[in-house]
Amino acid sequence: MNTRSSTLIALALTAALALTSCSSAESPADETGSDATINIGSVYEPQNLDNTGGGGQGVTEALNGNVYEGLFRLTDDGEVENLLAADYQVSDDGLTYTFTLQDGVTFHSGAALTAADVKYSIEKVTAEDSQSARKSNFGVVSSIDASDPTTVVVTLSTKSISFIYNLSYVWIMNAAATDRKTTEDGTGPYTLDTWKRGSTLSLNRFDDYWGTAAANGRVVFYYYTDATALNNALLTNQIDVVTSEQSPDALTQFDNNDAYTINDGQSTTKLLLAFNDRVAPFDNVLVRKAVTSAIDNAKLLSSVWGDYGTLTGSMVPPTDPWYEDLTAVNPYDVDLATQQLSEAGYADGFAFTLDTPNYDPHPAAAEFIKGELAKVNIDVTINVITADEWYTKVYQSQDFSATLQEHVNDRDVVFYGNPDFYWGYDNPAVTALIDESELSDTAAEQTEKLKAANQQIVADAASDWLYLYPQIVVASTSITGYPVNGLNSQFYAYDIVKSN
Amino acid sequence: MTIYILRRLAFLVLSLFLASAILFVLLRLLPGDPANALLSVGATEEQVQAARASIGSDRPAVEQFVTWLGEMATLNLGTSFISGLPVGPEIAARLVVTVPLTLLSFGLAVIVAVPVGFLAAYRANRWYGAALSAVSQLGIAVPIFWVGVLLISRFALNLRLLPAGGFPQNDWAEPGEALRSLTLPVITIAFVMSSSLVRYVRSATLDVLGSDYLRTSRSLGASFPSAMWHHGVRNASVPVVAILGIELATTFLGAVVVESVFALPGLGSMLLVAIAQHDYPNIQGILLTSTFVVLIIGFVADLVSRLIDPRLRGAPRAPRAAVSR
Repeated sequence: MNTRSSTLIALALTAALALTSCSSAESPADETGSDATINIGSVYEPQNLDNTGGGGQGVTEALNGNVYEGLFRLTDDGEVENLLAADYQVSDDGLTYTFTLQDGVTFHSGAALTAADVKYSIEKVTAEDSQSARKSNFGVVSSIDASDPTTVVVTLSTKSISFIYNLSYVWIMNAAATDRKTTEDGTGPYTLDTWKRGSTLSLNRFDDYWGTAAANGRVVFYYYTDATALNNALLTNQIDVVTSEQSPDALTQFDNNDAYTINDGQSTTKLLLAFNDRVAPFDNVLVRKAVTSAIDNAKLLSSVWGDYGTLTGSMVPPTDPWYEDLTAVNPYDVDLATQQLSEAGYADGFAFTLDTPNYDPHPAAAEFIKGELAKVNIDVTINVITADEWYTKVYQSQDFSATLQEHVNDRDVVFYGNPDFYWGYDNPAVTALIDESELSDTAAEQTEKLKAANQQIVADAASDWLYLYPQIVVASTSITGYPVNGLNSQFYAYDIVKSN
Repeated sequence: MTIYILRRLAFLVLSLFLASAILFVLLRLLPGDPANALLSVGATEEQVQAARASIGSDRPAVEQFVTWLGEMATLNLGTSFISGLPVGPEIAARLVVTVPLTLLSFGLAVIVAVPVGFLAAYRANRWYGAALSAVSQLGIAVPIFWVGVLLISRFALNLRLLPAGGFPQNDWAEPGEALRSLTLPVITIAFVMSSSLVRYVRSATLDVLGSDYLRTSRSLGASFPSAMWHHGVRNASVPVVAILGIELATTFLGAVVVESVFALPGLGSMLLVAIAQHDYPNIQGILLTSTFVVLIIGFVADLVSRLIDPRLRGAPRAPRAAVSR
């Protein structure tokens, strides 16, 4: 009955407003072709616009490659290609990199790109007050020379095979720019139009772009705090594409619907059951292997993501060059787990506390793990904590037995080479392999070393890599040319074309 | 009356000061460090220290409080830890959504609830009087987000009459578009709000309908509408106005749920994000603004009540007999 009365009230008001409003219900200005506006829906609003000042993954999604460019670009397939660097040479000892800049590049303010801007931008990441997650990767930089305006010479203290790759996420910005948290001065194919906090961020095509102009005229990112609202916007054509679906539940409304395409792409986000490898009982390899074998990851994945997502059996996702399927090393096998536990002296099981972040999917995964481990007499106490508490208690103080956490970056297996990292995995052979891999002369050598390291890490069951998230982009079939993998949360918009 | 207003204003300023002190202490009691929101996994200890220094969370709490009070005295709500933007203009931009949302919902709720509540009382013995009561009971029981979801599913997803959410990027530059965005949220809030209002209007009307003075007035020859107009409405209004003030304040504070369901960039959604990020200046600014708005609403509701009901004016030694009872 209440539905009916609300319907009547709603109809009355709708009619009244329809009279005052002159436009139709369809989204406004649905232009197609090279001047089209592409409307993108996301749950990741930037915190500010500075990727070295705590902008979060939202700022990468909106601005990386669209507004700001690096010397190199990480493509959606995980390849590194030249961007603002037209060319580069490496000295024989692998310590000196000489970059030649592209001709005719201007910033959005009109100033020309010079070597000094590049020097400034790299130093901004390495600076003392930098909040870049990647700061430590640039510790090898010993000097940057920008005496020639079109050439940048970087000298390293040791060889670093990842240096070029690392440069792909260093935004080159105008050294003269001031307010980087709310304005921009990059070289990309779009300029920032307006950022209406809590709602939208719009980009306009930059007419003086040095490279191939964007295939559309304008891009608007719409931000949602509620996943249902986000999907409703796609269903009502307010937006053309959702950059990453947060759960499989919503997908049924787009499945078997000709108006939408569901893209099952590659992500780099892993869900980890991270043990504190320093403390008993998880300082014992057998215990870690037993716990890993006692948990049915395939069942967990399908309960969270349905038919989506991947089991990798390690920290390495398929888009990393050193990926291999290692799910067979610690297979799901409850008998094996029981046997390993008794070998380790825990035939009667044990109890531990699992620090669980309070946001999805961690609490549900924790309940699942508790149920699985009960079968081998391991008693799990779930301790739900906020993201902040996790950071302080687990990450900084390393005061935990085991925890759940998602790790989003690509190429992050190298964290296992750092014995001081929160999970405290310390295998000198692995540390040596990872350190040596960075000193490799060729990518093949680096890949070989990191494969060996990863195999050892998995053999030691350093953590339990529960599953790799899917990256699901759902788009209206009227658009093409959008990225589907979203590596490191980037979302290049310049190739997107809207047709009818 | 003037003295009364001045006294109330002084009380308002004092309340604000107390509220700000309480807010400040409570926020500092929350676990976690706002610097963490700026950082990501992989941050070094120096980066944490640098982040603390950049937002001042490394300084003593007392010093932070005094700084903040000083800024407030100059109507400056400070600068967000996270975005680096001044808090005041940011809040003003959100009020552009939340204030119209609240007022429109409130207006619609009153327009619906007063006649319906009156009818439910006046025709309490007929089937539709009872039906109206029952529907309003349901409206109170239903969670507000569910009403929103239902309306979206019908009017946005099925019928495509109205947007499912969002607000125009140019705010009110095209009032028609802005109103269309607010239609479903306004109906959602108004439905739930009017349901409880109907109950109050109904019981206030029932009181009046059963009162001696109304019967006396009728027995002296006044028609029912005339007796109701001259004696009933004013008496029934007193409790209703008090409730209206509370309802308006509750709606303003409760807009957060509806803003989230409809993806509206209002004050509530700003607060949600600010809390998640431990952005103290934003949280303090928003809560202080809300406190201010609620106090003002209470103040106005009080004034209106005093205008309606002479008993509340507390005229010195007014004989009680002056009021018909």
